Amino acid sequence: MTTGTDTTTVRRSVVVDVPVERAFLFFTQDIGKWWDPNHHLLGEPLAEMVFEPRVGGSIIDRGVNGTESRWSTVLAYDPPTHVAFSWSINLQWQIESDLTKASEVHVTFTAQGESRTLVELEHRHLDRHGPGWESMRDAVGAPNGWNLEPFAQAVIAV
Amino acid sequence: MIADALAALADPTRRQVFELVAERPSPVGQVADRLPVSRPAVSQHLRVLRQAGLVQEERIGTRHVYRLDTAGLEILRAYFESFWERSLAAFKGAVEQVNRPEPSDPPTAEEAP
Repeated sequence: MTTGTDTTTVRRSVVVDVPVERAFLFFTQDIGKWWDPNHHLLGEPLAEMVFEPRVGGSIIDRGVNGTESRWSTVLAYDPPTHVAFSWSINLQWQIESDLTKASEVHVTFTAQGESRTLVELEHRHLDRHGPGWESMRDAVGAPNGWNLEPFAQAVIAV
Repeated sequence: MIADALAALADPTRRQVFELVAERPSPVGQVADRLPVSRPAVSQHLRVLRQAGLVQEERIGTRHVYRLDTAGLEILRAYFESFWERSLAAFKGAVEQVNRPEPSDPPTAEEAP
């Protein structure tokens, strides 16, 4: 799936049995319906996620007590084929406001017939997060922040 | 180790050197060509970056090529590969479930918990 040469990009893909327009809208507008609810930076349970459908918009996590976390900027929004957004979270699990220090998630939706869509995701520029990768390892199993327990095996395996 | 790396990247020029090497493995001269600093200064910056565990030096013939130290990046890659694998699987499950017509249910069924 990935090559050893491009060490700063992660690629994943999935085929979904829905039309391309549906896949695109669900991925963006309904992000809160598939995103892992444990993955947020709020100090309170996640109530909802908002994906602002325009370049320069944000992805916003909203907590049950109203706290907001704008952890991503929308970099491209071309329905129903392409969307890109920043991963503006640094390795200390804080919001990184400088886009040049954020990695980028690019997602392409390709129709494979009327009711089937190939979704290809590239998480690019991982090196922009700079030093401190080791803290990712430290964060695994941490009681606060993201629940990284499911990823412990992958990290430990490295 | 992290403190060393942060200290090494506190210098803006050294950060540029790091970013150029992260972009692609390069010998000292190639980095110097792209920055308004002398070759010895670039060498010095690379030495500091290497000591901080951020770049690796590889000798190819008489040339010294610098590249990103990828040990840390591999951890990050493993993390995100696992994260997106799981997230896309969750996406597939959710979007296909919502899309599936269920004749026995009223049209608002998808809003139910």
